[in-house]
Amino acid sequence: MSDTSQGTGGLTFDKSKRSWPSEMNVLLALVIIIVIFEFLGQVLPYMNDQSFLFDTRDRFDSIFNEARVKIIILQVAIIGIIALGVSQVIITAGIDLSSGPLVAATAMIAMSFGQTELVNGYANPKALFGTWAMDLPVVIPIVIGLSFGALIGAINGTFIAHFKIPPFIATLGMFLICRGIALWWSAGNPISFPTPQYKAIGSGMMPVVWFLSLAVIFHLIMRYTVYGKHTYAIGSNEEAARMSGINVKRHKIMVYMIAAMLAAFAGVVLSAKASTAQAGMGEFYELFAIAMAVIGGISLTGGRGSIIGTVLGAMVLGVIRSGFTYIKLDGSYQLIAMGGIIIAAVILDQYRQRNKA
Amino acid sequence: MSEELVLKTVDLTKHYGGVHALQGANFELNKGEHVAIMGDNGAGKSTFVRQITGVEQRTRGTVIFDGQEVDFKGPIEARESGIEAVFQTLALADHLDVPDNLFLGREKTKWDWLGPFRLLDYKAMRKDTMAALEKTGVKIPNIHNTIEKMSGGQRQCVAIARTASFHSKLTIMDEPTAALGVQETEQVENIIRQLKEQGEPLILVSHNMRQVFDLVDRIVVFRRGRIVANLLKSETDGQDVVAYITGAKTGAEYEGAA
Repeated sequence: MSDTSQGTGGLTFDKSKRSWPSEMNVLLALVIIIVIFEFLGQVLPYMNDQSFLFDTRDRFDSIFNEARVKIIILQVAIIGIIALGVSQVIITAGIDLSSGPLVAATAMIAMSFGQTELVNGYANPKALFGTWAMDLPVVIPIVIGLSFGALIGAINGTFIAHFKIPPFIATLGMFLICRGIALWWSAGNPISFPTPQYKAIGSGMMPVVWFLSLAVIFHLIMRYTVYGKHTYAIGSNEEAARMSGINVKRHKIMVYMIAAMLAAFAGVVLSAKASTAQAGMGEFYELFAIAMAVIGGISLTGGRGSIIGTVLGAMVLGVIRSGFTYIKLDGSYQLIAMGGIIIAAVILDQYRQRNKA
Repeated sequence: MSEELVLKTVDLTKHYGGVHALQGANFELNKGEHVAIMGDNGAGKSTFVRQITGVEQRTRGTVIFDGQEVDFKGPIEARESGIEAVFQTLALADHLDVPDNLFLGREKTKWDWLGPFRLLDYKAMRKDTMAALEKTGVKIPNIHNTIEKMSGGQRQCVAIARTASFHSKLTIMDEPTAALGVQETEQVENIIRQLKEQGEPLILVSHNMRQVFDLVDRIVVFRRGRIVANLLKSETDGQDVVAYITGAKTGAEYEGAA
């Protein structure tokens, strides 16, 4: 046998072929999209040479158009929180369609324990419960909201792991159930006037703070903990994971619970930001969250992708949305463009996988 | 039964509907012994292995492993009680790298109080992986490449290195080198020799006469679902074994069996 430590069966390791992390592709796409909008801003006759992201006024303190950058991130922050959970589900080769309605249901339930008793000296006109549920400490609605999320996630996970129901069907059922719960909870009436502390959860840039700190936490978890490793292993080869002694069923339930709790938290933040909870909230959120994950390089076949990718995917969606507003194109074009980009992202993913095999 | 026995099957039988794939197999494996199972295609070798490892449920018969009668409901139960099998379909996670796969399900961790979120000790796992690969003579260019980027032979080596580092009570390999090149075959054989040195018993299903005579102590021949010969390597040769495989000859104690 040869004594080189650099080869087996005539193969040698070529450092130049070290894999280019897929997150770099997403970053590249993000930059290209920004450049396109900058370019359009300069060329389109009605734009008056505005810049998309940069500060063109003669000031020294800033290069970027901070207002726009803030809005871009703020717009995607709440759906981004959902996307962090959906990413984990997709990494196990599953899917979670129930997160949008879960946002609405959780918003309704949490807000009904976060209302204030007196509005401008008068009794709260939107009060759902009696005075016992008024002006409670803010942890109570948060804990109730997250517990509801955990329950929904546990049900999703149990159906998928134990009863072998395809994730698409199980969470589609839960999609309808959660929307139903949101409507039933207050008979369709909005729930409004939260306590100041409840409001503070979603005021100003708080959604961004939540999104980015949760992103950091889950990035570390997915990368450096047993939970993360097993999540990837199950998505990569479920049989191998089972044969290796990983409790696949229990792990899947945990992943769906975490995803649902993140969606539930997004519901709390959304209702706090809007100062109201309505049964129709969170429409299409599940689809945008999945889109963020997919654009960010999370493979629908499982095992591949990262939280960093999802955050970048969220930025891509935010930039597109903001960019279309910037070049004064109607919202309908936004949807068409986003749809195209999602399809393109999936095609790219499949192309990448075929090339690797 | 004697203290020395690791595995014993009595009248092990498997019927697939009307097909009698395995009939009345009486098999014994002693501590530290390496036994080869040979036979033509469809002779019942893989069926035999599948009954022992719990992949399938036997029709009839008894399996005694490690001094106890066992009835595995599935391969995980078999694995938990110490039977480690390398199948032709490999149980590796394609998107993970070599240390991740070697330690899958038994990761080295720090901060265990974090429960499922305990930290992975990447450094220790990397070190142990290097040691395990060095010990087994397996050469993988870059252990941080994901499995999907590796050749079939490299994957097989990782799977076998994984099995060898488990320190199981019984290792079963079903044609581990069938799809491998010369160098890779040699690496797999080195791992098997090492198991022998460590005194770990092995059942090797193989078609490769040279390999079998190189590696094992005893050869059990299957034909048409029955065991037809049980030969000590020192008392037989290739021609003899071929005679049993093809049916030109049948062991005295198995006379009338097939």
